[in-house]
Amino acid sequence: MQYRRTFRASLFGSFGIPALFLTAMGLGLGGYVDRSADAVLQGVSYLQFLAPGLLASSVMQTGSFEATFPILGGLQWNKIFHAMVATPLRARDVAIGNILWIALRLTLVGSIFALVIVAFGASRSPLIVLAVPVAVLTGLAFATPIMAFTATQRTPDRFAALFRFGTTPLFLFSGTFFPIESLPSFLQPVAWLSPLWHGVAVCRALMLGTIGNEPVLAVIHIGILAAIATVGAVLAVRTIDGRLVKG
Amino acid sequence: MTALRITPMFAFGSRRALRMVERNLLVYKHQWLGLLSGFFEPFFYLLSIGFGLGRLVGDVAGPGGQTIPYALFVAPALLAASAMNGAVVESTFNFFFKLNYDKTFASILTTPMSPADISLGELAWALMRGAIYTVGFLGVMVVFGLVRSPLILLTVPGALLIGFAFATVGMAATSFMRTWQDFDLIQLVILPLFLFSGTFFPIDAMPEGVRLLIQLTPLYHGVDLLRTLSVGVVGPDTLVHVAYLTVMGLLGLAVVSRRLDKLLLK
Amino acid sequence: MDDAAPLILARHLTKRFGAFTAVDGVDFEVAPGEAFGFLGPNGAGKTSTMRMIGCTSPISDGELTILGMDPRRQGADIRARLGVVPQHDTLDNELTVRENLIIYGRYFGLPRAECQRRADELLEFVQLSDRGKDLVEPLSGGMKRRLTIARSLINEPDVMLLDEPTTGLDPQARHLVWDRLYRLKQRGVTLVLTTHYMDEAEQLCDRLVVMDKAKIVAEGSPRQLIERYSTKEVAEFRFPAGVQETLDGQFDGLGDRIERLPDRVLAYADDGEAVVIAARDRGLHPETVLVRRSTLEDVFLRLTGRSLIE
Ligand SMILES: Nc1ncnc2c1ncn2[C@@H]1O[C@H](COP(=O)(O)OP(=O)(O)O)[C@@H](O)[C@H]1O
Ligand SMILES: [Mg+2]
Repeated sequence: MQYRRTFRASLFGSFGIPALFLTAMGLGLGGYVDRSADAVLQGVSYLQFLAPGLLASSVMQTGSFEATFPILGGLQWNKIFHAMVATPLRARDVAIGNILWIALRLTLVGSIFALVIVAFGASRSPLIVLAVPVAVLTGLAFATPIMAFTATQRTPDRFAALFRFGTTPLFLFSGTFFPIESLPSFLQPVAWLSPLWHGVAVCRALMLGTIGNEPVLAVIHIGILAAIATVGAVLAVRTIDGRLVKG
Repeated sequence: MTALRITPMFAFGSRRALRMVERNLLVYKHQWLGLLSGFFEPFFYLLSIGFGLGRLVGDVAGPGGQTIPYALFVAPALLAASAMNGAVVESTFNFFFKLNYDKTFASILTTPMSPADISLGELAWALMRGAIYTVGFLGVMVVFGLVRSPLILLTVPGALLIGFAFATVGMAATSFMRTWQDFDLIQLVILPLFLFSGTFFPIDAMPEGVRLLIQLTPLYHGVDLLRTLSVGVVGPDTLVHVAYLTVMGLLGLAVVSRRLDKLLLK
Repeated sequence: MDDAAPLILARHLTKRFGAFTAVDGVDFEVAPGEAFGFLGPNGAGKTSTMRMIGCTSPISDGELTILGMDPRRQGADIRARLGVVPQHDTLDNELTVRENLIIYGRYFGLPRAECQRRADELLEFVQLSDRGKDLVEPLSGGMKRRLTIARSLINEPDVMLLDEPTTGLDPQARHLVWDRLYRLKQRGVTLVLTTHYMDEAEQLCDRLVVMDKAKIVAEGSPRQLIERYSTKEVAEFRFPAGVQETLDGQFDGLGDRIERLPDRVLAYADDGEAVVIAARDRGLHPETVLVRRSTLEDVFLRLTGRSLIE
């Protein structure tokens, strides 16, 4: 409960947090980057480089969060999901309903973030409109497998470790803040394992207007994300079903 | 005058507060992995922001005008920010939750332990845990060659001071909170502090007015304190930082000591 | 302290939560060595009263003296001599069974070695010695309750406050708890307990007060209360569905008093058999008939017009 409140999208949270991050990291720190790293970013300002990364990451973080405490709350604490399956709703309806609800939340979070980005002039291409659904897909690629995991838990004890060793490192090393080419070369292939990296790559290509350069790669990225989200959704439906039927 | 009635920490609570530390040590005997994992977050940030992003940034102006690598610039700031975050989370959300909802703490209140004992004990534990993380982080800095001066050892008490200042003010703020929604305000304060206190880039780049404003806020003093200590360039500024944080912590304590009991026993 | 002086003395004790009054000016006293009970339905104000005695809830009005001390100023000193078993278990789930006892003793400022010695002794007393190294969570409800009782004894309290000690336990677990409480009483520990089970009150309490809607409605030993407010025996009549409503007036004059409950009719009399025979003579044909002794349940029904457990 405590966590949910703090993350709840207040007006400040929805518009303010993106604006603060873009100002501090994009403009403030970006000033220093632009002075020295032109060669790496190839004429793109750091603000423009960072914006798509933050868009995908923040949707990803919302998705991860929504798949933990609120879901466990429904299953374990207020048993609201159990009450639902006592009605004609089936367990899989409950699971799918939750996934759709999260998708809706992510669309809202992503759209607001995109609006702020446009206000900062941080997108080069109108294709940012397409970056929002890609970010949502990225968020779902995290939310659905995590939801399946949540359905196997009785306490929130393991969530801290999940965030600490899962989402936080992915947030930091998936090309959000710097191109993965800056990582030691042996680490670069590892980025392929990060769903966030795929999402960031496509969002960035869309917002910089370079999507046309490597369309096949973009399709592969999206295919991987869709595959993860689908497998996750199937697992989530199964585990929630098992949990609600067993009680 | 409030300032004259400041009760020293050990007189406000009592030695019983140490029992809370004892309890936490027992708990962490079973959950040492959780304790250990808390150390990784600043470490990941250092790797990503300090070294990954640092390659794009290059060198920046450090304390005393000398040019230093970005990783060395940002590492002490991450330390200061994590001292602030740890203290704020512990003294606001966790503190409110424990004393109002957590059954374990309700049961401790049926013993001679007072709310002040419990809160001070938990605070002491949070600071100790923070100190352990600080030492771990310093170890990482040594490994990555980010050490310029033996004064860096003073960042351990420095980080403790930051934790103390934010924790007492956090508790004082919590004593005015009515509902969970009120805690959103804390986010509203903490995030700008985290981003704009000279944490990730020197504040020299800011317009004059903004810069002066930032110099009035606490995390700026914490960040600059730890940065001057790590780089080994101490001066009158260092004393100002220490004084600022000390006064802040004592003011927080003065408010808390007056409000706690009334507030927490229903 | 003077032995005759009450251990707990409450005068016009009141607890308000905002505009709502949970305990409304009650008076009672508890003597040393006594087992004293608060009997009442859910919401009567028992827990609120216990928490004030336990010095974890400030009193709103009236006076309260515990062990000769004032809870407003000497809360910690009073708590040092109480053993509290709260209504809902508040065990430390992050610790083992034995650690729960040891750390609790530490909160009272006992030396570590002494805590360990008492912990082992108390685990023996509540028959949990073989579970000492286990975490609390997998224990059954009855085991947790016994552990909570053991925990409340770690400081060798003068007074134990037990809030619904056996609610939610199965009959076997209840009897085990009762047995332990009975032994404590024999050792001279003063017991203050709340319950909504009349059998528990009858088993354990020397004296009790009946609470309803924030007030005390009667006071005495279980036997006195029954004598005062009920007859020696009760005849219970059950009728087939729908029949009872048609029997208006037909019970009048059977026994000293008649209570009509939704599912049965109770006739109070000192000779229950005689009432049953008289009913048969009037041509009443109940499905089942039961003659039993009066209990505190009947006292409560008489005083409030309602059952203890709805
Ligand atoms: N902290 C509280 N705030 C508001 N109302 C309360 C609080 N605690 C108890 N009450 C109310 O006081 C009344 C008496 O409660 P309680 O003392 O728990 O009764 P009992 O223990 O006899 O069931 C109930 O109506 C309950 O809702
Ligand atoms: Mg109660």
